[in-house]
Amino acid sequence: MTKSQSSIPKDTLMWMYETLVLIRRFEEQAKREADQGRILGTHSAIGEEATPTGICAHLRDDDYVLGNHRSHHHCIAKGVDINEMMAELLGKATGTNKGKGGTMHIADATKGMLGANGVVGSNIPVATGCALSAKVQGKDNVSVVFFGDGASSQGSLHESMNLASIWNLPVLFVCENNRYAESTPFEYAVAGQSVANRAAGYGMPGVTVDGQNVIEVYEVAGEAVERARRGEGPTLIEAMTYRYHGHFGADNPRGYRTAEEQKYYEDKDCILYMEQFLIESGVATKERLEEIDNDAKAKVIKATQFAIDSPYPDPSELLSDVYIKYP
Amino acid sequence: MVSTSVRALTYAQAVNEAFHQEFERDPSVILMGEDVAGGAGRSEFEDAWGGVFKLTGGLIGKFGPERVRDTPISENGFVGAAVGAAATGLRPIADLMFVGFVGVCGDQIFNNMSKMHYMFGGKVKLPLTVITSTGAGVGSAAQHSETLYSIFVHFPGLKCVAPSNPYNAKGLHAAAIRDDDPVIVFNNKQLMGGVGGGIHVPEDSYVFPIGKADRPKEGTDITLIGISYTTYQCLKAAEILEQKGFSAEVIDLLSLSPLDEDAVLSSVKKTRNVIIVDEDYPMCSMASELSAIIAEQAFDFLDSPPIRLNAPHASVPYSPVLEAEYIPSPEKIAQAALSILE
Repeated sequence: MTKSQSSIPKDTLMWMYETLVLIRRFEEQAKREADQGRILGTHSAIGEEATPTGICAHLRDDDYVLGNHRSHHHCIAKGVDINEMMAELLGKATGTNKGKGGTMHIADATKGMLGANGVVGSNIPVATGCALSAKVQGKDNVSVVFFGDGASSQGSLHESMNLASIWNLPVLFVCENNRYAESTPFEYAVAGQSVANRAAGYGMPGVTVDGQNVIEVYEVAGEAVERARRGEGPTLIEAMTYRYHGHFGADNPRGYRTAEEQKYYEDKDCILYMEQFLIESGVATKERLEEIDNDAKAKVIKATQFAIDSPYPDPSELLSDVYIKYP
Repeated sequence: MVSTSVRALTYAQAVNEAFHQEFERDPSVILMGEDVAGGAGRSEFEDAWGGVFKLTGGLIGKFGPERVRDTPISENGFVGAAVGAAATGLRPIADLMFVGFVGVCGDQIFNNMSKMHYMFGGKVKLPLTVITSTGAGVGSAAQHSETLYSIFVHFPGLKCVAPSNPYNAKGLHAAAIRDDDPVIVFNNKQLMGGVGGGIHVPEDSYVFPIGKADRPKEGTDITLIGISYTTYQCLKAAEILEQKGFSAEVIDLLSLSPLDEDAVLSSVKKTRNVIIVDEDYPMCSMASELSAIIAEQAFDFLDSPPIRLNAPHASVPYSPVLEAEYIPSPEKIAQAALSILE
């Protein structure tokens, strides 16, 4: 398909661009907050914006998304309020989780975002359960779980793929393959050099997609989401992507990967690609895209100010949301 | 003239030295875990991390990738592999990066590691060590900040130790590796981050015996029992109490299973008052266990009921203002002591 022949609605294309940029600007600000010592660090999603954006473009508020330790981009793509997200990062009472969860546990059930998760692979069975719930209740909503190439080695993925397949559940297993589990390269840790190929063993489609190309992600996800909504079962998607920063906080990725490799992926940057696509296909002007970017920056500044101005939780919150009072 | 120079090491350096010496001493020692070296399979980036807490750096360069193995993120897989390797002639160390990840590999630890020796009639030995990190205070929230001693000590087939400073950390890691039974070593993140570091650590290899507590401070009015980082907090609390005119004795538990009951009881019988300071959740905790032992075996010596000072019965919160309230502080410990002594 050439760029001018895209059948994707213009509104959707523009929403995807806005989302990519909003994620990028949010994550840049989160890094600044960490650099200034206001937070202790995050798992930056810069470079990986396109995968959840292309997938969430097909989702409704009543569809479920479950993430991992690196999940700010999942949350934003699923429509979680960035004021509340930034407040959560700063540990404030107005945060998505009242300041109790922080960067690795952002959740907003009203948007179908059932949580980031700090334990690798831990959310995959939970997402499978959300899909089971939809099926048993006769609903057509779908469940999407995002995980990394590292999590593909956890038993939880394999057990969940098997369950989802034998029960024909409406779930998308989405591997964001950013090539590194902390400092451990994909080619060392994943036998067979493919996550998508593992789908065959569980009787479901396994698709590899360029995770830097939001249009391609959108198209692959569209088929998978429709398949799930029609009751035809799960799909495994492996999106090839790259994190521009270290694993966490101040980790310097130059300790385990080359500048050349980094440049290769930065040249394929998902935002640059989308800018070019929108301009060349006549969907938007350069000026319009700049407006959108400025808008995103303004939203992030506003969110940061909201977070800074918000109060910390009352110390009594330490013992709220606990089932059992002890001693 | 006797040299009085202090060979100051950080906690991480001391543990790293123990690993190097044990690898040197015994060729059956191997190490498995996520990023224990880092940059796996790429010679130009070998040892990129040396472990998340820098405990295991330099090993792969000296002892090679056959003995020092970065693993995929597969805790159930590599912890279980450590059990199998231990049963068949190796002396493995498995690095469970955060203690909460026991949720992933609990089957191997609780159903195999803790039981094989007993249920096979004592005919199989499992000389293996699991190192893991514990503790709040670094903004890591509910899943990366737990302490969880009690669920491990609950199992009869696991030995458990919790070092409190670079000196005993080096000796306890060496002891754990040489022990013929499974030993879980809990390394507190604040201690690994440098708190309480800079004390003298002998260069020569040594073991700190499993099953022995330490008494870092003598006193007469009250016993403060600490575990790992809370020993540091107890020593700070003892300074506050000193200023108020009270003499606190600090017992550093170190070995959680087996327990050094003699050290605990003899101190409590002397001071007649006791506070057990434990960062773990309170219900069925080490503090609860010690409190029961003291009540059963030293009841007649006590001037006041044992006090358990745990973290609150809640998951670890993220917000810095809540997390600061979470860990038992020297001020809270001193306050609890004064409530008895004044």
